[in-house]
Amino acid sequence: MSLALPAPDIARALIRISHEILERNSGSAKITLLGIPTRGAHLAKRIASEIEKIEGTSVQMGTLDITLHRDDLRMRAPRALMPTVIPSLGVEGRDVVLVDDVLFSGRTIRAALDALGEIGRPKSVQLAVLVDRGHRQLPIRADFVGKNLPTSIEQSIVVHLTELDGADEVLIEGPLP
Amino acid sequence: MKHLLSINDLSKAEAISILDTAQELARASDGPMKKLPTLRGRTIVNLFAEDSTRTRISFEAAAKRLSADVINFSSKGSSISKGESLKDTAQTLQAMGADAVIIRHSASGAAQRLADSKWMSGSVINAGDGTHEHPSQALLDAFTIRKHLSKGANDLTGLRVAIVGDVLHSRVARSNVLLLSNLGAQVVLVAPPTLLPVGVQSWPCQISYDLDEVIASVDAIMMLRIQLERMSEMYFPNAREYSRYFGLNSDRIRAMKAEAIVMHPGPMNRGLEITADAADGARSVIVEQVANGVSIRMAILYLLLAGNQEIAENGVSS
Repeated sequence: MSLALPAPDIARALIRISHEILERNSGSAKITLLGIPTRGAHLAKRIASEIEKIEGTSVQMGTLDITLHRDDLRMRAPRALMPTVIPSLGVEGRDVVLVDDVLFSGRTIRAALDALGEIGRPKSVQLAVLVDRGHRQLPIRADFVGKNLPTSIEQSIVVHLTELDGADEVLIEGPLP
Repeated sequence: MKHLLSINDLSKAEAISILDTAQELARASDGPMKKLPTLRGRTIVNLFAEDSTRTRISFEAAAKRLSADVINFSSKGSSISKGESLKDTAQTLQAMGADAVIIRHSASGAAQRLADSKWMSGSVINAGDGTHEHPSQALLDAFTIRKHLSKGANDLTGLRVAIVGDVLHSRVARSNVLLLSNLGAQVVLVAPPTLLPVGVQSWPCQISYDLDEVIASVDAIMMLRIQLERMSEMYFPNAREYSRYFGLNSDRIRAMKAEAIVMHPGPMNRGLEITADAADGARSVIVEQVANGVSIRMAILYLLLAGNQEIAENGVSS
């Protein structure tokens, strides 16, 4: 197991992503951040508080559970549903930024786009991830990436966040490529 | 969890996970699009060998909101009325590729028999078997109580619930006593001694013969239907006397705690176990129980059918 991203790098990456989101969307007024539970939801919260520090105003933030829209439900044990919390202004006509910890096959994000479509019609949908590890199986890319980590398919990426695991770190497990 | 046959099969954690799942599903199907793609391509059979409005329609609505295909099958107008056995019916359903069978039957243990047999491979959900159990009703009742009274807790600790009326014939009462007490509530059964089953002393609940003595102390009161179709023997002298002693009327409503709620699994005999003003009053959550029933049944179908049960049981992950 090797440390790919220590805590200070994670903090810097989230600050940079926050600035990039503001730059792309010319401010925070039209933005709605939606974190994908569980770790994406915590990352969205951190990005929201970073944006609030920069802009001095609050930003719309919520969570989006995608379990009901997964295409691999039948391949695994039944999953518990996580909360979906849509902020007060909804998603209609907003610039929605999806936030997740790791971008891998792209299937989670496809499911998130379907889940979002059930709720409303955003003006645009963007994607922010802490780690992009490659191996996409669908035509999906991230708009904001904390770090690109080239991995072999045998390896796995483990993201730990203080809120859940007591420390911030990104680890690579398994054989070296 | 492959089948849902009895509340006894559920641990406290499993029961809470069904309630939590129902809560999320209620929110998910609250939006402009009510339909979720989760059970697309799954076939669910409603096998109702006994009359039902609420439970059958509720399971059907739940299955359809999760995009499953639903086949309705009732004893009237099917070969069951020609005397076809449960085994032959089950094998027919298996041949048609049913992923789950929701069964309502007048014989206690019918669902268990279907699940234990090798007649079909799908999940079996008990939607009421004789005077035995009705687990989905108990779950929706627990969900309703939790939503109104638990103040954010995920179980029912500290709440007192009265179940009033024909406990003898009531599968709803039996399932509710087991579930509510497992979730931490204190249950008190209120009925004339003739309408309590033999062995009720061993149930995890208190027993009272006096509604007025109990009413001021409960957080929720659940009125049971007097099952007129099962009243061939004389369990009480007459309907007026029953209403006077065990019916819920506006005087008794006024004696209740400020926050207390009134429940009834339906169908109601208005004027017998509950008066119209009690049934339609501000404390009544009877209509909401029906709406919650759809969410609970979506949760049951989701947890039984969406995942891969073999992996769940053998603990192998992909």
